[in-house]
Amino acid sequence: MMTDLFTLLIIIAKILVILVPVLLSVAYLTYAERKVIGYMQARVGPNRVGFLGLGQPIADALKLLFKEMIIPSASNPVLFLFAPILAIAPALAAWAVIPFADGWVLANVNAGVLYLLAITSLGVYSILISGWASNSKYAFFGAMRSAAQVLSYEIAMGFAIVVVLMAADSANLMEIVQHQSGGFWHWYWLPLLPIFVVYFISGVAETNRHPFDMAEGESEIVAGFHVEYSGMAFACFFLGEYANIILICAVVTTFFFGGWLSPFQGIPLLGNLLAFVPGVIWFVLKTWFFMFVFLWIRATFPRYRYDQIMRLGWKILIPITILWIVVVGLAIEMRIPPWFT
Amino acid sequence: MAEIHNYTINFGPQHPAAHGVLRLILELDGEVVQRADPHVGLLHRATEKLAESKPYNQSIGYMDRLDYVSMMCNEHGYVLAMEKLLGITPPVRAQYIRVMFDEITRILNHLLWLGAHALDVGAMTVFLYCFREREDLLDCYEAVSGARMHATYYRPGGVYRDLPNKMPQYQSSRWHNQAAITQLNDNRQGSLLDFIADFAQRFPKLVDEYETLLTDNRIWKQRTVGIGVVTPERAKALGFTGPMLRGSGIAWDLRKKQPYEVYDQLDFDIPIGTQGDCYDRYLVRVEEMRQSNRIIQQCIEWLRQHPGPVLLDNHKIVPPSRVEMKGDMESLIHHFKLFTEGFCIPEGEAYAAVEHPKGEFGVYLISDGANKPYRLKVRPPGFAHLAALDEMVRGHMLADVVTILSSQDIVFGEIDR
Repeated sequence: MMTDLFTLLIIIAKILVILVPVLLSVAYLTYAERKVIGYMQARVGPNRVGFLGLGQPIADALKLLFKEMIIPSASNPVLFLFAPILAIAPALAAWAVIPFADGWVLANVNAGVLYLLAITSLGVYSILISGWASNSKYAFFGAMRSAAQVLSYEIAMGFAIVVVLMAADSANLMEIVQHQSGGFWHWYWLPLLPIFVVYFISGVAETNRHPFDMAEGESEIVAGFHVEYSGMAFACFFLGEYANIILICAVVTTFFFGGWLSPFQGIPLLGNLLAFVPGVIWFVLKTWFFMFVFLWIRATFPRYRYDQIMRLGWKILIPITILWIVVVGLAIEMRIPPWFT
Repeated sequence: MAEIHNYTINFGPQHPAAHGVLRLILELDGEVVQRADPHVGLLHRATEKLAESKPYNQSIGYMDRLDYVSMMCNEHGYVLAMEKLLGITPPVRAQYIRVMFDEITRILNHLLWLGAHALDVGAMTVFLYCFREREDLLDCYEAVSGARMHATYYRPGGVYRDLPNKMPQYQSSRWHNQAAITQLNDNRQGSLLDFIADFAQRFPKLVDEYETLLTDNRIWKQRTVGIGVVTPERAKALGFTGPMLRGSGIAWDLRKKQPYEVYDQLDFDIPIGTQGDCYDRYLVRVEEMRQSNRIIQQCIEWLRQHPGPVLLDNHKIVPPSRVEMKGDMESLIHHFKLFTEGFCIPEGEAYAAVEHPKGEFGVYLISDGANKPYRLKVRPPGFAHLAALDEMVRGHMLADVVTILSSQDIVFGEIDR
C-alpha cells in the first residue's frame, strides 16, 4: 500500500517535472514568436511589461484568466466546454513518451510511436467539436476545413512514421534515437530527407500553423473554429496549439535529428571536447531550432487556399512517402552503411 | 429527403478582410461562391450634400476624407473642377508640387494596398514593410501641411504653401536614446526635397524587397494567378478604371490620355497586364510604384531649379498673405470676404477627372453663380469595381473572395461618400 502510494507520488512528480517546463516553454514560445516575427518585420515586439517585455506572457495569461467566458446561447454548452479540454489534454499527454535524454522519459513504452500518433490525432476532435458546438457559421467552416485537412495530412504523417519505424526497426522512441548514434551524418535526416521534409510540412499543417492555418483562416473565416471562444477557453486552444508546436519540434528532433545525441559525436577533437554537454541540452537546442523555423515560416509565406492544401497533401506528400518506403526498404535490404547496417 | 440549401454567410461589416465596412452576403455551395451581394452605405457621410451648404473652399477638407488613403489626389480632382469653372491656371511650380504629391500619394496608396492585399492572402510581413515606407511619405505630408493624413494642401490657384526648407525631427524619449535619434534624423537634416530625394533613391530597392517576398513565391502565385479574371471587354463594359482596367490589358491612363497639370512634360510609362487576374493587377500596381518614383525624381529635379510662387496672385480667390493684410486695407477686405463667404464661381458646370491611384476620380460641379456649389457629384473609381464583385467572385472559393476584394483596392470612404 505504502509503496503503491510512493510510486504514484513519484509518477506525479515526474509529470510535474515534464509539464512545468513544457507549459513555461509554451508561454515563452508566444513571447519568442512575437519577438522573432517582430524583428523579422522591422519592429521590436513586446518590450513594455517587465525587462525586455519578459512579463508579457504572464500578463496575457492573467488577462485571459480574468475575462468572462462567454457561452453562446445557441451553442451546446457541454461540448462547447469539452472542446478546449480536448485541445490541450492530448498536447500535454503526448509528452509522456518523448525522451529528453538517455533514459529521461516518463513512459518508456515499446509502442511509443503508436501512442504518439494516437494521442496527437485526438487533437483534431477538439476542432471538430468546437466548430460544431459553437453553432456559428464561421466556426463550422473552420471545423469542416480542419476535418478535410487532417484527414489528408494524417495519412502523409502516418506513412512518414512508417518509414522511420522501418529504418529504426523499433517503435520505441528511445531506440529510434539510439539507432542514430554516431554523429551528425548518422542521423536519419539524411537518408530520410524527403520524409523529414514531408513530416515537417505535415507537422506544420497538423498544428494549424501558417501557411496551413485555414482552419483559423484569419482573413477569411476570422478565427475559424475558436471564433466564439473567449477567456480561458480560448487560452486552452491557444496553449494546445503552442504545446503541439513544441511537441512536433521535439518529435522531429527525435525521429530525424538524433534526439539528445551530440552532433559532434565521432568527430576527433570536437567530439571529445563537447562530450561533457548533457544530452538534454542538445535536445532542447535542436527543438528550439525547429521552433524558430516554425516562426520563420509564419513570417515568410502567404496562406494556402483550402483546395491547394488538399492537392499538396494528396498529390505530392503522400506519393513521396510511399515512394520512399520502397527506397528505404531496398536500402535496408542492401544494408547501406552507416544507417542501415 | 431533406432539401439541400446553399449556405449563406454574412461577410462583414465587422470582418478583418472587409476593408472597412463592406457587408457582403455570400451564397456558398460548400466553399464555392454562387453569389456575392455587396451591401454598401455603412460609411455614408453625405459629403456631396454637405458640400452644397459650404463655401467652395471649405469643402477641400471633405475631399481628403473620401478615399482616406489617397488624400491629396481627391483634393486634386475637386480643385481642378473649381479651377476649370473659374478659368484659372496655377503657377507651374504649384503644378509640379501637385504632381509630385499626387505621385507620393499614389505610392502611399499602393503601399497600403500591397500590404493589405498581402495580409489578406496571408503574408503578414509585407504589410509591416509597406508601413515602414508609408511612415516616411506621411512625414512629407506632415512637413507641407501639418497633417499626416487629411492634408487640405491643394487650393484653387495652387497649393497652400511652398515646400519647407527643413524637416521635422524626431526627439529622444524613454525608448529611443540620443544615438538612435541621431540615426533616425540622419536623412531629415536638409529640406523636404532632400528628404524626398533620399526616399526616391532608396525606394526601388525596397520595392525589390517586397517583390522577393511575393512575385515569385509559389504560394502567392497559386493564390492570385487566374483568380478574378476580367476580360478587357468586360472591364470596359463594367466601367473599370485605373489599375483594374490596366490589369486587364487596356492602356488607359488619364495622365497620358488627357494630361492635366504637367504630366505631359514628364517621362513615365504605364504598365499593363495581360490576363486580367489578381496577379496582373498586383504586378501593375507594383510597377506603378516604380513609375511614380520616377516621376517624383523628375519633379524634384525641376523644383530644385525653379523657385517661384506656388499660389496665384489673384486675391479674389487666393487669400493675401498676413504681412500684406497688416498694412493694406484692400488685402484686409479680401481676407475678410474670403474667410467669411468665400468666393463665387461663375455659373456653369464642369467635370474634372484625375488619375487617382484607384482609377478615374471625377468631380462634377454645377455652379449657379453662388459661393456654394449647386451640386457636387463625385465619381469614385471604387464603386464600379465593387459593383463587379459578384461577377468576379462567382465560381471561386471563399478564400478567393478575400483575394479578389482586396485586389480591387476598395476603400469605403469613396464608395459610400
